[in-house]
Amino acid sequence: MQPLLQVKDIRKTYGPRIGCTDVSFDLYPGEVMGIVGESGSGKSTLLSCLAGHAQPDTGAVIFDGRDTVTMPEPERRMLARTDWAYVHQNPRDGLRMGVSAGGNVGERLMAVGARNYGTIRDTATDWLGRVEINADRIDDRPSQFSGGMQQRLQIARNLVTGPRLVFMDEPTGGLDVSVQARLLDLLRGLVRRMGLSAIIVTHDLAVVRLLADRLMVMKGGHVVEQGLTDQVLDDPQHAYTQLLVSSVLQV
Amino acid sequence: MNARQKNTTEYNFAYLDEDTKRMIRRALLKAVAIPGYQVPFASREMPMPYGWGTGGVQVTAACLTPDDVLKVIDQGADDTTNAVSIRKFFQRTADVAVTEATQDATIIQTRHRIPEAALTEGQILVFQVPIPEPLRFLEPRETETRKMHELEEYGLMHVKLYEDIAKHGQIATAYAYPVKVEGRYVMDPSPIPKFDNPKLSGNPALMLFGAGREQRIYALPPHTNVVSLDFEDHPFEASKANHNCDICGAGDTYLDEVITDDQGSRMFVCSDTDHCRIRQEA
Amino acid sequence: MYVAVKGGERAIENAHAYLGEQRRGDPGVAELGTDQIEQQLSLAVNRVMAEGSLYDPALAALAIKQSRGDLIEAIFLIRAYRTTLPRLGASIPVDTARMECIRRVSATFKDVPGGQILGPTFDYTHRLLDFALMAEGEAPVAPRKPAEPAHVPHVTGFLGDLIQPEDSSDTEPRDLTREPLELPADRALRLQSLTRGDEGFILGLAYSTQRGYARNHAFVGELRIGTVAVEMDIPELGFSVEIGEVELTECETVNQFKGSKTEPPQFTRGYGLTFGQTERKAISMALVDRALRWRELGEDYVGAPAQDEEFVLSHADNIQATGFLEHIKLPHYVDFQSELELVRRMREAAE
Repeated sequence: MQPLLQVKDIRKTYGPRIGCTDVSFDLYPGEVMGIVGESGSGKSTLLSCLAGHAQPDTGAVIFDGRDTVTMPEPERRMLARTDWAYVHQNPRDGLRMGVSAGGNVGERLMAVGARNYGTIRDTATDWLGRVEINADRIDDRPSQFSGGMQQRLQIARNLVTGPRLVFMDEPTGGLDVSVQARLLDLLRGLVRRMGLSAIIVTHDLAVVRLLADRLMVMKGGHVVEQGLTDQVLDDPQHAYTQLLVSSVLQV
Repeated sequence: MNARQKNTTEYNFAYLDEDTKRMIRRALLKAVAIPGYQVPFASREMPMPYGWGTGGVQVTAACLTPDDVLKVIDQGADDTTNAVSIRKFFQRTADVAVTEATQDATIIQTRHRIPEAALTEGQILVFQVPIPEPLRFLEPRETETRKMHELEEYGLMHVKLYEDIAKHGQIATAYAYPVKVEGRYVMDPSPIPKFDNPKLSGNPALMLFGAGREQRIYALPPHTNVVSLDFEDHPFEASKANHNCDICGAGDTYLDEVITDDQGSRMFVCSDTDHCRIRQEA
Repeated sequence: MYVAVKGGERAIENAHAYLGEQRRGDPGVAELGTDQIEQQLSLAVNRVMAEGSLYDPALAALAIKQSRGDLIEAIFLIRAYRTTLPRLGASIPVDTARMECIRRVSATFKDVPGGQILGPTFDYTHRLLDFALMAEGEAPVAPRKPAEPAHVPHVTGFLGDLIQPEDSSDTEPRDLTREPLELPADRALRLQSLTRGDEGFILGLAYSTQRGYARNHAFVGELRIGTVAVEMDIPELGFSVEIGEVELTECETVNQFKGSKTEPPQFTRGYGLTFGQTERKAISMALVDRALRWRELGEDYVGAPAQDEEFVLSHADNIQATGFLEHIKLPHYVDFQSELELVRRMREAAE
């Protein structure tokens, strides 16, 4: 099987400071990669580089045979609204707060040429259902939604066009614990059912335990350990991973 | 003091100096070459306020030759005050022939209307444009909207139309109705009523759009394909008041509603005064 | 039978005649001479020159008279005149260090070489109406001392490397009045926009920075008003000659320092330069200039209006603003009619 995404030697610095360096991995279709580490570990910088939000100093991010680092901006933006999706930690960054829930879900459809109002609305209704938002909220604005609903709406808005690769930046961050659990459950269902490939950045080991097939642990901009999720979490090799895992288990 | 006093005869033909006209013509050529694309130009400060047609006036000035016959309309009428004022400006500064007859004009400067009579090859229609950016009220930043055009990211435009239908049951844009030009650029046709939108497409006349304050020029060359944005199941509709003209009886023209007495009685009359006059005389 | 409204041309002519009469006012009162305006309403003249971007006190006075004292209208007249003037060439940059100052104050040092000069300022006047001015009085005379050719160095020069250095460059800046404004703008373009921007708008923005919307802790390092020589390179001669002099107000602010672990802390600066005696404007300009420099100085964008280059530059010009604002009184009945029909149709559909 061909990898969907090949990440080769990504390095990003901010002046003298290293954002992330020497990051390489392959992601296969249907696979979910978790990236964990504390804040400042470089995991968010890495995600920005992979998703095309930041330009890495060196390295390649090859999607479907094409290097997305060197491809022209219009093509990268086209990817971003078709094959790719990006779920922000703060739903306000990923939603149009002044546009109705239906309009938010419909935007990606319209951006790729959907021109039938009825179909767009039916699809939006269907997706609201899939993320457990009542159909009668379709004309409400996200500002009238709770934090958990906003995040679910953001996920619907991203998945509606059936992307092949989803980037998620702390998708459960900033939510109450009970809301987090429900969202994780929902995400797991969607990922498994749609066979999504995803890269999830989080500091929460519970998230990767539930969602990720493979795991990368980052510290100080470097990948210190990677492997199958259960393997890494149950039998951590690197001292830092051991610390990370033990600190969670003690809670 | 007297040495530097300028009277009208001392101004260049059509007011603008030749260098400025050349600069505007270059922008016009670029605009014609890329239909619907907003070309930045170094708009001059005109002796009339921004927002009152300075863009249209500069475009007209750059196109005028001494043999031209100029018509100026505002709201479809030749006799509205600002149309009178602009026409007078060109009479003073360019001494060109003027007309109210659409078919006699070689250049027509207009605000908010396209004449009812079919335009012909060789005619130039110059639109005054207040806000050239069709995405402006969805995204206030010029730096961002230029990028959206560059990358053809027009999903947001349809989101606006979607929201209209979700809220009002129909697309709630009645004028300055956005169009797509030759399948590429989304363009603001200036605040013409959407009734006039179909006249934009395939028109044999050259259509030029000037926005002075916003420093933009754009164009529709003759016979350009122009499509009003819509949904398949909510198609664009060029609507007008459901009346005939109370003066000439026309049923296919854009109408002004006039309140005629204190009881609020109304009548409907053609907004294109020249068209109405010709029909009355016929 | 209804007849469409006609007579726009006559209406305009009559309106102009009425305007002329109103401008003159009661013919029993002596007519105001433009020389009187130039001499006795000189701060109005200065503002019109500054925002009109044309240094010509006589024309500014005429514009004020013609506009009935509406300064934005006067600025408009000057701008419309200015745009028709041929561009014969550009002067070499004026040297404000060689300014013959009539006013020069620094808030950062108690005393400085060249001295503190209050000059003709309202600063310490008690704002009590002087009813004596309602009667014709004698011309007031101020005490004077013999002029001494003073060297008046810039105060910020004494700060040495404690203040951030400015790049010096001989590249010719772009001309805001001859090229379309394209963003992002460099500092030269921003300063051009600010110096001709509306005094009230720039003042409001500057004030907002003081109240915490992108606060940058400004001190007036130096404010100076005076005349400087304008020189031009004459290619045929191979050297520059003085072609006249202009009165300018210059303000340099000393602002909050920046620095990091690797760079020593340094003060930063904002700059204002305006035609005539227009110090409120020059100080405001310096504060807004400083706020707009956040990116170059490595500061955070906190979303304050004064930091937002596109917002500031797009809205600073009062001729653009007043034109667009006032155009909504032009006929819009075609647009309005289309909306009227739409609202009716939507209501029908709802019923």
